Amino acid sequence: MIVKELIQLIDGKVLNKSVDLSHTVVGCGGADLMSDVLASVQSEAVLITGLCNPQVVRTALMADLTAIILVRGKQPPDETIDLAETEGIPLILTPHGMFEVCGRLYRAGLESLELSISNGDCSTG
Amino acid sequence: MGQFPLHKNRIITEIEAKNITRVEELAYDLKVREVMTPNPVVMTLDMKMEEVLEQFRQLRISGAPILANDRLIGIISIEDLIRCLIKSDLQSKLMAYMTRDPFIVKGGDPVVEALKMFVNTKVGRLPVVDEEGKLIGILTKGDITLGILNALQRDYQTEEVRRYRASHLFEDIESQRTSLILRYNIKAGDFIHGGDASSKIKRALTRMGALPQIARRVGIATYEAEMNLIIHTTDGGVIRTEIEPEQISIDIFDYGPGIKDVELAMRPGYSTATEKVRELGFGAGMGLVNISRCVDTMKLESVWGKGTRLRMKISLQKQDTVGEGYPAKTQEKNK
Repeated sequence: MIVKELIQLIDGKVLNKSVDLSHTVVGCGGADLMSDVLASVQSEAVLITGLCNPQVVRTALMADLTAIILVRGKQPPDETIDLAETEGIPLILTPHGMFEVCGRLYRAGLESLELSISNGDCSTG
Repeated sequence: MGQFPLHKNRIITEIEAKNITRVEELAYDLKVREVMTPNPVVMTLDMKMEEVLEQFRQLRISGAPILANDRLIGIISIEDLIRCLIKSDLQSKLMAYMTRDPFIVKGGDPVVEALKMFVNTKVGRLPVVDEEGKLIGILTKGDITLGILNALQRDYQTEEVRRYRASHLFEDIESQRTSLILRYNIKAGDFIHGGDASSKIKRALTRMGALPQIARRVGIATYEAEMNLIIHTTDGGVIRTEIEPEQISIDIFDYGPGIKDVELAMRPGYSTATEKVRELGFGAGMGLVNISRCVDTMKLESVWGKGTRLRMKISLQKQDTVGEGYPAKTQEKNK
């Protein structure tokens, strides 16, 4: 599945003016706590989150994530969109809630890229 | 996403992923004049279709503009030739099969305009004219692909040179101990720019040829620390990163107020963050725990009323430091 197909599955809308949507998506991680994302979401994952401030984009960059899905139709501030634009990371808005989005993507065959914390490895590439 | 289905046409799938957004930029930056084929072969009204066939065959072209008195009046393409061949009508004049008043683009138009026209009109080629309407070239989708690829190649070489220079920094300079220091001043409460410094440090490491896992670990540790600094300091602070061939040392300090109980601060889940900070997705008391899992050594010192200093090191030498379990590490630190 590529990012573009993922967007269709969740009735999503891309908020970037121009961004590459041809990256392959293998899995996702969901969290509202950025420290949890940094601790347990593996690189290349798509982040599903309810937060929409610029820190979401920063976090995605630090953790080498593929794209960001903002749930429940929460329109992010311009700073968030601008940062996503500059850094070239797809920012996707969906009207559905966190559980619904996770469910749809899981059913479509995407795997979980969340590590259990006891693994203790934040550098899995 | 742009208006045009560049990706759908699979023109650029081979190019490094990060360049793809650049392709869209280039579609706006590049002018039609820069990518078109100049001085195209032209046909004239008095030609017969068999002459057109012969020209197409010899010159290996699939279409040509038609001029009359130096003015563009039409276009003839291989599709027109096929229609003519089906009717076995090669003796007739080109006039009978040509397309009059073809769609045109201006040389000064951005390439994206031409792309939109290709999508909307489904034509295979577009004559290019100057401001006075005089024919100066012809444009196919292939010309655009080639033009963009050439421009990307130029971009790529520039970045390569940068990377090359950065990655050879340590080899090119002789000293007993060479290091590169990156220093960033951080303002208290500047949440909007939170993570700016960390992004820059991570990018610098990537340019210098650091392994992705190393860049990610440094990025995550520095970012957590940078957010901590922004959240807790009242007087601002500094992030100082020293890059050496065998290790990266990150020194983050602020000018106050300091931590009352360092041991308590290190405990997973302990936090003094405000509701505002929690709304940003931080302040759950996991920052320092996260940092300790990413670095090889860390040392947190603080004097209440004066300031806090966090020193951490990531070794570039042994790969086996990657992914050390954090319970063992915290134990060591709690000693």
